[in-house]
Amino acid sequence: MSEMIAIRNLTKDFGQIRAVDNVSFSVSRGEVLGFLGPNGAGKSTTMKMITGYLTPTSGTAVVCGHDVLENPVAVKRCIGYLPEGAPAYPDMTPAAFLDFIAAVRGLRGAEKAKRIGLAVERVQLKDVLHQSIETLSKGFKRRVGLAQAMLHDPEVLILDEPTDGLDPNQKHEVRTLIRDMARDKAIIISTHILEEVDAVCTRAVIIAKGRIVADGTPAELEARSRWHNAVSIVLSAPKVASCRAALQRISGIGSIEEIQGKDNLTCLVAFPVNGQPIITQISEIARNAEFGIEEVRVERGRLDEVFRNITTARA
Amino acid sequence: MRNTLIITRRELAGYFATPVAYVFLVIFLALSGAFTFYLGNFFERGQADLQSFFTFHPWLYLFLIPAISMRLWSEERKTGTIELFLTLPISMYEAVLGKFLAAWAFTAIALVLTFPLWITVNILGNPDNGVILAGYVGSLLMAGGFLAIGACMSAITKSQVIAFVITAAICFIFTVSGSPLVLNFFTGWTPQVLIDTIASFSFLTHFNAISRGVIDLRDLIYFGSLIAAFLFANAVVVDMKKAG
Repeated sequence: MSEMIAIRNLTKDFGQIRAVDNVSFSVSRGEVLGFLGPNGAGKSTTMKMITGYLTPTSGTAVVCGHDVLENPVAVKRCIGYLPEGAPAYPDMTPAAFLDFIAAVRGLRGAEKAKRIGLAVERVQLKDVLHQSIETLSKGFKRRVGLAQAMLHDPEVLILDEPTDGLDPNQKHEVRTLIRDMARDKAIIISTHILEEVDAVCTRAVIIAKGRIVADGTPAELEARSRWHNAVSIVLSAPKVASCRAALQRISGIGSIEEIQGKDNLTCLVAFPVNGQPIITQISEIARNAEFGIEEVRVERGRLDEVFRNITTARA
Repeated sequence: MRNTLIITRRELAGYFATPVAYVFLVIFLALSGAFTFYLGNFFERGQADLQSFFTFHPWLYLFLIPAISMRLWSEERKTGTIELFLTLPISMYEAVLGKFLAAWAFTAIALVLTFPLWITVNILGNPDNGVILAGYVGSLLMAGGFLAIGACMSAITKSQVIAFVITAAICFIFTVSGSPLVLNFFTGWTPQVLIDTIASFSFLTHFNAISRGVIDLRDLIYFGSLIAAFLFANAVVVDMKKAG
């Protein structure tokens, strides 16, 4: 069974407000799905329905072959879930907390000790194991939540903003961790940090106002950007006019923009027509010594721009 | 059932992780002792029994039990751990029962710690230990009733203070529903059947019956069904309030 999570027409109303509107997608083993969207778009609500916390108004989710409406306990058993904000019992120590979760997850004896040890090692909790959770920093609390989610080596991981509140080093560690686990699991992470999508996700679903507005690989999404295949040329300010004239003679270029840089340098950005590659034509200009070009760079496309465009277009 | 016990163990440890447990135990023991000896005239009565000890339990419970039950669900909702808790592979009934049993076990510990009184009365005279045991059973059952109400009220709100006040109010009504305070209000204009029904809901009536040493099946059924009803309501409220 490669399709581990199948979400079918999931809808959730809170009174008059439709928080999630007919959302369907599926996640297979080996995939890391980035679930993106502005705050309040319905990401967390969707995750709460998949994990059996909230009951959908209509539609359902099937996880590891179990329908969350018919057999919620079986679904919960095969999911590791990090809820938003990584809640944990403040009075407990991480050691006691993980022991409790492991017990409820049906682990015992040597197996339990081994699993807890492994999780503690992977998120580096060793130093704070016996200190109450309320005294821990945000980063450590998040790691306690992650350890709890992966404790029983679940087939499906659902992580709501796993790197929120972590410093850059910790973010890097968590991303590495997610990539390591990705091979034999199906993972959904929600985030609004777009670089994260590039760093860990094999696929991205963008949601706005409760509806899916885009679904594709990060590269596919980037290709939707105006910046996709655009070329940035950095050169000294006095040469801008002549270089610009030369660029304008290339047929594939739709528009040219100037961005003022530091140290008397200017960046000229040539945007292609329909995202077609234009670097070959431009490289001839770049080779011409008279323009004194310092740097030429092909843009891949900007996720943040795509994100802004498609999430605000519907608003 | 195994999951229920795991939850119970965690909750019970939770009481002792904070000063709450110790403050409660000290106050409970001090007050129950003071009531027994001063208000209950333990020595002056000159009888080898613990009637003067048990008589005050409903009134002690009235403000001490809500303090135990108030945190059960409202704290989970306040810290957001309820989302973690209810996405663990446990059923709602295991979750509700596990928490209730922890609170109940805690009151049982408090009751057991009153054993010096039992020793005292056995040194001073020859009490009927069967009656005393019945008194303890009745007291524990009544505590269970208070706790079930408290657990249900705790699920209604994120605020422990509100949970405390509402629980105390409802428990008060249940406690005094057999007393003239409530019944006089109804006599004269309501049918006797209704008055009897209201009176039959009284904690005091059922508790006094048991603590006199008569463990009647009707009293057991009363407390059992009261606990079951409020725990059921508890599960419904938890389920309803998840979105909020």
